[in-house]
Amino acid sequence: MSFLKISNLYKNYGQVEILKDINIEIDKGGFLVLVGPSGCGKSTLLNTIAGLEPITSGEISINGNSVAGLHPSKRDIAMVFQSYALYPNMTVAGNIAFGMEIRGVPKDEREKAIKQVSDILQIGHLLDRKPSQLSGGQRQRVAMGRALVRNPQVFLFDEPLSNLDAKLRVDMRTEIKRLHQRMKTTIVYVTHDQIEAMTLASKIAVLKDGMLQQFGTPAEIYNSPANMFVADFMGSPAMNLLTARLEGGEGGLNVVLERPGEQPLALPIKNANGALGVYSGKEIIFGVRPEALTDPDGADRNAKSIAEGECLIEVVEPAGSDTFAVTKLGGKEVVARLRADAAIHAGQKTKLAFNLDKAVFFDPKSQLRIA
Amino acid sequence: MSAVSQDVATRNSIFTRAIIYVVLILFAIYYLLPLYVMVVNSLKPLDEIRQGNMLALPQQWTIAPWLSAWSTAQIGVQPVGLKPYFINSMMMVVPAVAISTMLGALNGYVLTKWRFKGDNIVFGLMLLACFIPFQIVLIPSARILGMTGLAGTITGLVLIHAIYGLGFTTLFFRNYYEAFPTELIRAAQIDGASFFQIFRRILLPSSGPIIVVTVIWQFTNIWNDFLFGSSFSGFNSIPLTVALNNLVNSSTGVKEYNVHFAGAILAALPTLIVYIVSGRYFVRGLMAGAVKG
Repeated sequence: MSFLKISNLYKNYGQVEILKDINIEIDKGGFLVLVGPSGCGKSTLLNTIAGLEPITSGEISINGNSVAGLHPSKRDIAMVFQSYALYPNMTVAGNIAFGMEIRGVPKDEREKAIKQVSDILQIGHLLDRKPSQLSGGQRQRVAMGRALVRNPQVFLFDEPLSNLDAKLRVDMRTEIKRLHQRMKTTIVYVTHDQIEAMTLASKIAVLKDGMLQQFGTPAEIYNSPANMFVADFMGSPAMNLLTARLEGGEGGLNVVLERPGEQPLALPIKNANGALGVYSGKEIIFGVRPEALTDPDGADRNAKSIAEGECLIEVVEPAGSDTFAVTKLGGKEVVARLRADAAIHAGQKTKLAFNLDKAVFFDPKSQLRIA
Repeated sequence: MSAVSQDVATRNSIFTRAIIYVVLILFAIYYLLPLYVMVVNSLKPLDEIRQGNMLALPQQWTIAPWLSAWSTAQIGVQPVGLKPYFINSMMMVVPAVAISTMLGALNGYVLTKWRFKGDNIVFGLMLLACFIPFQIVLIPSARILGMTGLAGTITGLVLIHAIYGLGFTTLFFRNYYEAFPTELIRAAQIDGASFFQIFRRILLPSSGPIIVVTVIWQFTNIWNDFLFGSSFSGFNSIPLTVALNNLVNSSTGVKEYNVHFAGAILAALPTLIVYIVSGRYFVRGLMAGAVKG
């Protein structure tokens, strides 16, 4: 039985369809991340769950109860906003206790709750300060405290980390994850940062132009993207999506990649999926993530299907932990991820290993994944 | 080399600075001259004024003209001074300012945070009130005051001023709240606060600067109004501006210039005080929201 269920949800502003036929379900204690480029409707979807915006049709239910028409305060949710939305005229303690004050919770109970939450988030020393006297990270904690103190059925986070600097963002990300493991409350989290999505989520929903592109676990989204948009959006550096041709050869299919001024590169697929056979002799999009394109020594030893090919390296970018190499295949730049100490030089031909277990294939017209 | 040129630059800047200050001081004196004449002559006996030298300091200092203007000068047919009319003005201004400010704040709140279909049209119509010449509405207003039985009362004047202030107060508050983050309202909604709780607990405490602006603006306008005061006031509700006019025009025989000067300063004093006390918020408030800060 799913805890939060969104079915056939549509949302229009006048003539404009913002959300189209969204179906998402998540279990109790799950961590759902809504991810997508700006303007994809992810924040709107969150606001409809919160009840801050009405829906045009469809249904949202929390714990089996439809929340249609319920006021935000009656949905048993708490929300952390992108701008933190701390009440500027109240102290930190006042901010945290405001909801309880409105609900008429007695003073000593409020104090106890404030104490408890400020201990969890280590903001005890800030309770008497005004939000304007806090740093970005502290405001973020207070905003989470205000949500925590409600002890709701669902937490809603609207891009909570996007206003923090890079280092703090990573720290807070870990903290949110730790908090979730401890509280075990269901969370819906909006972000445009695919790394946040991958690290935090138990389920990811990728949206684009108001349509759900794919809904699944982080591993599913990353390893078997439903279409080229998801493949390109998730992962950094992005997946290499190359125009290629499938050709029958001895013992199976070959992926043939054009190269400027050279013989095309042919990569034999050992255990080709049946669905691929249909595309034999046709053009396809060949997708390979940078980490599946390595120096032969660094290739995954457990992979069943590894193909090697000599490639002309155009640029080498050492990044400390890895070395990225850029070559050109199928008319496009291709990024390979090598070991940090791989012996590789720009302008030289080097042997690269393609891990075809991890490769994905798309139909160039429909952009959907074939295999 | 560079030291020399810097030296020249410093000398130049001192010179320009001196010119700027001289010009500014001259202008300040020029603008302050009328006030000086009023204050000086209000502290002289009438004889000295008649000798003709308006700019001279009093030879014999006296506050008699002030006392006379306040409590005994002939106004119309009664020798009561400006005091009762001062009270009338206060009784008119304070409620009118309070009502128009409160309603303006509520209007601004609804027009920015509780948008409804056609809200911009409503706002546009309210803005129109800022541009309507008051003379146009004299007769309809008189009709309505007559029908409601408020003609000639202070309540009637309060009503008229509060309504005609609404256009401006709504404009002020709407523009201020436009820049107020909507996420705060949403957070409060999730916290369960009602329409008025959000207004009172979240919005009003952050509205200090714009309240000051609105109060100064409304206070000055309503206090200084002559047209409505002379058109709609009855015998017991004449405001100070109208009384001042009567004071100056009702002289039987001698024109008591010193008393007139004192009376004019008395009439201008409250707006002056309001401005001096809260003036520094005025500029700050007018600029608020103009730039992202």
